[in-house]
Amino acid sequence: MDKNKDTIKSRRNFINNGIKLGLLTAIGGAAVAKSLKNEEMVELMDTDGNLIKVPVTKIEEHSSLKTDSYNVREGYPNKKFVMVIDLARCKNAKQCISACNKNHFVSGDNAWLKVYKMQDNPESSPYWMPNLCQHCDKPACVKVCPVDATFKRRDGIVLIDNERCIGCRFCMAACPYSVRVFNWDEPNQGEALVKLEMSMEHFEYSPDHAGVPSVKGTVDKCDFCPHMIDKRELPHCVSACPNGVYFFGDLYEDSVTNGDETFQLSTLLKEKAGYRLMEDLGTAPSVYYLPPKDRQEEFEKGLENFTEYQSVEKTEES
Amino acid sequence: MKSFEELTNDLAPKKFGLYGKIWVAFLVVVILGAMYAYYQQATKGLVITGMRDYALWGIYISNFVFFVAISLVGSLVTAILRLSGVKWATPLTRISEIIAVAAIIMGGLTIIIDMGRPDRILNLFTHGRLQSPIVWDVIVITTYLVISILLLYFPLLPDLQILRRKYKNKKKLSKWYGKFSLNWNGNTTQRKIYKWSIQTLSVLIVPVAFGIHTVTAWLFATTYRPGWDSSNFGPYFIAGAFVAGAGGVISLMYVLRRTHHLKDYITDFHFDQMGKLLVLLILVYLYFNVNEYLVPAYKTTEKEAAHLKELFFGDEALLFWTVIIVGLVIPAVLLLFKKMRKPLPLFIIGLIVVIGAWWKRFIIVTPTLLHPFLPIQGVPESWHHYNPTHLEWLITWGTLAGAMLIVTLLVRFIPIIPIHETAEENNIVEPEKTASDEKS
Repeated sequence: MDKNKDTIKSRRNFINNGIKLGLLTAIGGAAVAKSLKNEEMVELMDTDGNLIKVPVTKIEEHSSLKTDSYNVREGYPNKKFVMVIDLARCKNAKQCISACNKNHFVSGDNAWLKVYKMQDNPESSPYWMPNLCQHCDKPACVKVCPVDATFKRRDGIVLIDNERCIGCRFCMAACPYSVRVFNWDEPNQGEALVKLEMSMEHFEYSPDHAGVPSVKGTVDKCDFCPHMIDKRELPHCVSACPNGVYFFGDLYEDSVTNGDETFQLSTLLKEKAGYRLMEDLGTAPSVYYLPPKDRQEEFEKGLENFTEYQSVEKTEES
Repeated sequence: MKSFEELTNDLAPKKFGLYGKIWVAFLVVVILGAMYAYYQQATKGLVITGMRDYALWGIYISNFVFFVAISLVGSLVTAILRLSGVKWATPLTRISEIIAVAAIIMGGLTIIIDMGRPDRILNLFTHGRLQSPIVWDVIVITTYLVISILLLYFPLLPDLQILRRKYKNKKKLSKWYGKFSLNWNGNTTQRKIYKWSIQTLSVLIVPVAFGIHTVTAWLFATTYRPGWDSSNFGPYFIAGAFVAGAGGVISLMYVLRRTHHLKDYITDFHFDQMGKLLVLLILVYLYFNVNEYLVPAYKTTEKEAAHLKELFFGDEALLFWTVIIVGLVIPAVLLLFKKMRKPLPLFIIGLIVVIGAWWKRFIIVTPTLLHPFLPIQGVPESWHHYNPTHLEWLITWGTLAGAMLIVTLLVRFIPIIPIHETAEENNIVEPEKTASDEKS
């Protein structure tokens, strides 16, 4: 235990070194090159959670995480993406929902990420619970898909190939977390999407960026933002959250970050008694929740923002 | 005893009368309406239905389950009764096989209607994955369709030859009957193959029939959802299917007996027997219902309780209890009385059972979907309920009309009662046949 405490302490120091490095370790983009001279040293965390000192010049940023052999159905090699959602911090600010809707051009009536008003029993306190695709290791949706349109990657992400989906909606029936949405009509995704597609030289659909574009008669859901991971950035919901609710990271590196703070995943889950939704179903989600204990803000404050019948803001054009 | 000529005159297919023509016209109008509705769906998307992200399956799927269910009667009457040596069922074999073929064709079509991207249906073959119950369903339904068509067709061969001879004067018609009879001449070799094939198909169709409906039940039972997550689902669906199918046969045999004047062939005895069979089947089905609802109701785990409360006392209660009491309990009780097993009362009861069976599938599919594990939030209020739209109903009626049209057209061109088998069972010899036998 003492050793753990030490690492946490030293990690706090390290965090002060800046968000950028935190991101680097979290997403595992740090590459060490040959150094020529002695110069300024920075601390980095290795995969065991130990801090090591590395000269600044040895750090090289990769522009893209993708290699030539990248395969959208395989994912990034030697990665296992996880998310931690700290319910104690969630005040239903809903910035996550807006950011997700905007960046995935969600145009239907059901957002891919929603914040639920929850209460486990009449005696316990209500709390806000963000809910998104749990990227299960044993995904019920993938199991039932008749055409392999939704698939599980080695890096833990569950995606949908909407050029193959036949729209049977069996995956939606199978998902116990109700995170899948269907494009019942022609998606009205607006000009922003058109501009985005135009800005790319050769626009080519990839399941890596769900919603670009959405297709009538197929299923959509949270994609864990591989298009952001590729840029070594955090998923939209994580970076949009003003309260640092969401942590994203790599299970193999055992670290998660919300952009401001970085934690060792295993320690965080141990200390805060992290749990997963509906563990008893055996779906083995990649999303962990920290219980809503010692909350900074009253639950009631979030009620101002609560819209029971709406999760996607309608723009004027639609 | 009737002569062979009288027999063929009685049983040969009949041209549509005025009512027949009106009936066909009515079905065609409904189907055209459904095609218009489907055109809307194909262009605008499934948004024209009442389905949304929570009620993600609706009457298309429950209608599909109904079709699969009622099609099982083919295996019940033709195979199970045939194999267990029940002789009285012979006049009903073709009726039930016709229902089976019509229902399974429309069932397959219904599942395509439900797809968001029917244009990608070939993905099922190019990218099909064996671990998906949908792929099992595709495999087993096509198998069942093939076996059902063969089981309808093989026993027809001698009848078609009889019809070819009967219509000697109508050259075109006679030619077609002859072609479809595959040169049947009734010699010993042919009869041997014929008997053996029918016997084999009868054996084969039983596991396949159990397969299609068990797999259909598994589309639901392989999910985690309260109300579907049940190991009882396979046998529960099969038992229900036989009820629906027996009701279907009873209804159709009554109608055909009237339209085709078949009182001598489909007798009160047949109705009596089918009535008794229906009681047995309903009792078995009720037993599975008790298992399906009372065991979770005893435990009342949170999610199951919410679902059951909705069925027993909530928005679905009226429908649920009507289906159970009017659609199952009352028919079973009434049918214990001999008077109720007379043709007309039995026909009415059979029809009620079939309608009840259709709504029973509705009760199984959608209420469960509206009770997910996490609360329904962040979607429009209307998404908390499921109300099929007019277009959705029209398409569904179209599929039902389609099935009835297939039945009507088959009945127009093939004998409803197997002529050959009836003649054999009553030792009626066809005069011309002796001659043809000698030739070969």
